[in-house]
Amino acid sequence: MELQMRTMTPQRILVLIGYAAAAVALFCAPLYLSDFRLNLLAKFLAFAIVALGLDLIWGYTGILSLGHGVFFGLGAYAMAMYLKLEASGGKLPDFMNWSGLTSLPWFWKPFGSFGFAVAAGLLLPALLALVLGFFTFRNRIRGVYFTILTQALVIITTTLFIGQQAFTGGTNGVTGFGTLFGQSLGKAETKQILYFVTVIALFAAFVLCRYIVGSRFGRVMRAIRDGENRARFIGYNPAVYQMLVFCVSAALAGLAGMLFVLHVGIISPSMMGIVPSIEMVLWVAIGGRGTLIGAALGAILMNAAKSTFSESYPELWTMFLGLLFVIVVVFLPKGLAGLFPQIKLRKRRGMEHEGEGVHYSAL
Amino acid sequence: MDVTILQMFNGLSVSSILLLIALGLAITFGLMNVINMAHGELIMIGAYATYVTQTLFKDLFPEAMFGWYFVAAIPVSFMAAFLLGLLLEFSLIRFLYGRPLDSLLATWGVALVLQQLARTVFGAPNVAVTSPEWLNGGLTVMDGLVFPYKRIFIIGLVAATLFVMYLYIYRSHAGRRMRAVMQNRDMAACLGVSTRRVDALTFAIGSGIAGIAGCALTLMGPIGPSLGTYYIVDAFMVVVLGGVGKLIGTVIGAVGIGMTNTLFEYWTTASLGKVLVFLCIVAFLQWKPKGLVAMRTRSLDS
Amino acid sequence: MKEKASIILHCNAVTVEFDGFKAVQGMDFELKRGELRFLIGPNGAGKTTMLDVICGKVRPTAGKVLFKGSVDITRKKEHAIAELGIGRKFQTPSIFHTLTVFENLEIAMSQNRGVFATLRARMRNEDRERMMNQLAMIGLEAKAQWRAGRLSHGEKQWLEIGMMLLQEPEILLLDEPVAGMTDKETDKTGELLHAIAKKRSVVVVEHDMEFVRNFASKVTVMHEGKLLKEGSMDEVQGDDRVAEVYLGKRRDADAGRTTA
Repeated sequence: MELQMRTMTPQRILVLIGYAAAAVALFCAPLYLSDFRLNLLAKFLAFAIVALGLDLIWGYTGILSLGHGVFFGLGAYAMAMYLKLEASGGKLPDFMNWSGLTSLPWFWKPFGSFGFAVAAGLLLPALLALVLGFFTFRNRIRGVYFTILTQALVIITTTLFIGQQAFTGGTNGVTGFGTLFGQSLGKAETKQILYFVTVIALFAAFVLCRYIVGSRFGRVMRAIRDGENRARFIGYNPAVYQMLVFCVSAALAGLAGMLFVLHVGIISPSMMGIVPSIEMVLWVAIGGRGTLIGAALGAILMNAAKSTFSESYPELWTMFLGLLFVIVVVFLPKGLAGLFPQIKLRKRRGMEHEGEGVHYSAL
Repeated sequence: MDVTILQMFNGLSVSSILLLIALGLAITFGLMNVINMAHGELIMIGAYATYVTQTLFKDLFPEAMFGWYFVAAIPVSFMAAFLLGLLLEFSLIRFLYGRPLDSLLATWGVALVLQQLARTVFGAPNVAVTSPEWLNGGLTVMDGLVFPYKRIFIIGLVAATLFVMYLYIYRSHAGRRMRAVMQNRDMAACLGVSTRRVDALTFAIGSGIAGIAGCALTLMGPIGPSLGTYYIVDAFMVVVLGGVGKLIGTVIGAVGIGMTNTLFEYWTTASLGKVLVFLCIVAFLQWKPKGLVAMRTRSLDS
Repeated sequence: MKEKASIILHCNAVTVEFDGFKAVQGMDFELKRGELRFLIGPNGAGKTTMLDVICGKVRPTAGKVLFKGSVDITRKKEHAIAELGIGRKFQTPSIFHTLTVFENLEIAMSQNRGVFATLRARMRNEDRERMMNQLAMIGLEAKAQWRAGRLSHGEKQWLEIGMMLLQEPEILLLDEPVAGMTDKETDKTGELLHAIAKKRSVVVVEHDMEFVRNFASKVTVMHEGKLLKEGSMDEVQGDDRVAEVYLGKRRDADAGRTTA
């Protein structure tokens, strides 16, 4: 009867201590990091939220999306539109003037409300994911076919955003805003508050993902990854599961995008393009697909490494990124999380649903 | 009216280049279940091979010979991409058989490295390749309607390549072995077909064709390290649309996407055109989820 | 009329065509409640395709499949058919290899399979008991926390049978359940099948004639996509046509079991 009971094994205690230490370290970061570093960390934490969502759909459900840059971008644009309207103070945003618009386009108007912008930043990506998922998963378009479609989605979205300059700011994106609720975004206190908001959002996202993954729903997700058709013959409708996970995943990316804009102060099509989208996948691959903590850590570590090296050696960084992709996929399919033996031990006992990084092909 | 005909002609030439690119992709995907994202970089290698050939001709041969560099460049770019494909297959791809998503990611890494290498060797800015004299100008079909020789040449080149590929796949022993492996790998292996050799050769040929595509692209404009990325996703869409396993599917897919792309972009704007094409593809897949021609398998979760 | 009511599955003139090749041609098939039926025939006779049609994996080109006399399941999707109460076991064991044995059973267990239901689902005591009983029945108690991928071939087969039973279907479709099993495992599966058939209707596609002979039940012989003969094992064996297309060839070759 003790099968599913959560006994306090030493490993479990260790893991809990690890979580607690991470929480303390994150909440105390403003004490020992400079404002500049804190801002960077906040950005990385936002990326970690994307990684969590990507891990849900890729690591646990076996569907690789190369389109998360779009969801991230939609969230970011939603927030940026609100900030831009606040910065323009009732007047037409500058880039619209340059493009010869005389009045605010109708779809910009509701973004004057903060609540609407936040809701849109979460729901628009989810809705797009739902529509794409509906037309693909239901017809069993999956595996690489789906992946290629998501990549095409990225291309058309970026071309659309670049092409519709009057409405989106074109290549330059939306920028040139400095305040939120009248508070300067550059001020140290605002940055600290935004940092805490990001930490809380990350924790909330983590708890949500943990809950999903640990529930019976999560087991069905993994069952679909192992054998979609088999799951179907048991009576599950994989398409509905895949759609829901894809939606949640997209919404998390949107949330991250909103936070990103607050930290960085700009969003442009190049930040949601093919390369950023595939880089997001690399974070998860490196950290370990199928482990939430691995995905989050992968995002943070990769971005820390990127900001350290890429400024001084941009060329070497690209090379390194490329080689890393090859090495991780071929030699380290479980990512960094696969390197830790105690995770493997827990996995074998089946007490936890973490540490399920597996090596599989998914077509 | 004239403009529409010209657009259709342009669409055809875009289609033909897409076809060259997608051919290799479709074959390797059908044969080994491998998605090669570095395929675009093989195009780039072909283009740079053409550039190098042109430069060599300029430096080493008398001026009168220069016009003929392009004739030499076609086999040179084929061989350059062919050899690189062989190397790639041997060092990486063969470890990724039957793992399409993993192969997609790993080869994307390769693509990044190759792009960076090209940037280091040839520099980041685009370079222009001087087209040979005999390809300048155009064929006047009627008043105000001129088909550029370059595009006609490309269409001809693609038709010739396609014909050779058809002979290879459907009329040669090597092609029969390839089709055998594609349809039933285990059985072919049991019957004594060296699947390793078939895989390597097929992958290399697919790569070589991408090299030819790169060569053709030098006629259309300047080339740069990220030349391949512009075409690769479109080429993948051709594979998705056309399905896997038969040449005809790829041909129809390429013509379909090339034509609709050109026409939609002409009727609307470049960005809206792309959106419409994407919507058309998704709509088409509602009807045929596996593409135009699909191979049937008996296993439960293939 | 009473006769009709006891029929749980009715296939009417089912034809299946793959790219011009007719795998099944106008096949009629009826299954009574609580009946154990064997479907035999040489390779390529269309047995597996018949199961595919019933469980929704393959759409018939023509014909109808009725469940419980009135529910037309010919065009229904697989998961909907499974929900109605038709379970299918495939030839190769298909379990979820990264899930533990226990988790495999947990998701197979009959329950509300909607997304929101599984998000909220809690393990109730009676469910746990059912699962423990099932584990005991398939002899995998000690391996409940193993990843299913690590089980032996025979154990995977039983796990799948266990999953099917927890699914509580009214009709069970089994495709060569003893293929690749040792003699001991085959015997055990036989016992299991006897027990199962008491409560449910079962259709078994089988090559192993020795195995089929253990059961005194009706046998349907298919040949080239058509019904050749239906009756008891003795009747079937006595039939000249059957002997010619199937048993005859069998006798010449190895009379033992084969896998296809």
